[in-house]
Amino acid sequence: MEWVLFVPLAAMALATAVLVIVLQNPIYCALSLIGTFFALSGLYLLLQAQFIAMVQVIIYAGAIMVLFLFVIMLLDVGHEPPPWLRRDRPRVVVGLGLAALLLVELVAAIGSGMSEGIRGPHTTELVNAVGNAQLVGRLLFTDFLIAFEVTSIILLIAIVGAMVLARRQ
Amino acid sequence: MTGTVPLNAYLILSAALFAIGVIGVVIRRNALIIFMAIELMLNAVNLTFVAFSRFLASMDGQIIVFFVMAVAAAEVALGLAIIIALYRNKESVNVDEINLLKG
Repeated sequence: MEWVLFVPLAAMALATAVLVIVLQNPIYCALSLIGTFFALSGLYLLLQAQFIAMVQVIIYAGAIMVLFLFVIMLLDVGHEPPPWLRRDRPRVVVGLGLAALLLVELVAAIGSGMSEGIRGPHTTELVNAVGNAQLVGRLLFTDFLIAFEVTSIILLIAIVGAMVLARRQ
Repeated sequence: MTGTVPLNAYLILSAALFAIGVIGVVIRRNALIIFMAIELMLNAVNLTFVAFSRFLASMDGQIIVFFVMAVAAAEVALGLAIIIALYRNKESVNVDEINLLKG
């Protein structure tokens, strides 16, 4: 039953990801990336990470991509000609070769059966009993409190930095 | 097809998404699309974390994904501000033309 949900979501994620790097109009690339984020959100729901799925839609598709679209429309970037039109064949070949090498290496690492680790305490039954978002909140404010507070400082730095970088001199 | 999806399926999907992001960073010359490919790589890693969180029965993966998303949001804000400042000076976001430091 899970495969019926997994295969279309995975296909949509891969197809939209390929469209992101292939399409020439930056707006279409941004919209494809939003499609990828929605497919990934569906996969997170399939993995029973409801909080992360919702945060993915709200933050990535709802805030980050809106920021991207604003900047694309603000800067009025034109269409970039495809690299093979501009006699850039060497770079395309090197890029695809490197990515293929990376993919082969990753698949070998996955298939070697080393994808095991120490089992933690939060089994699916326990998580569903407490509630996914409640458990994430509880852990953020107890075990991961320092990282949580430091993240707020990171966001403050981002706000100040963006304002400083983008203002008119 | 019946049964649950194994961990390796998620890991291979994540590896493929990461490789697609790598191709995007190398092939494209538009700084904004390179940035989008970087976000794609970050999301591939997020998928790996969440998949392991489920299959190793630990919430650590989802907590890490929370922080990755927060840092990615901060990075996107700053990166886009840099690109805007760059465009204001050079009138272009083509990374081939941003070579002032070239000797």
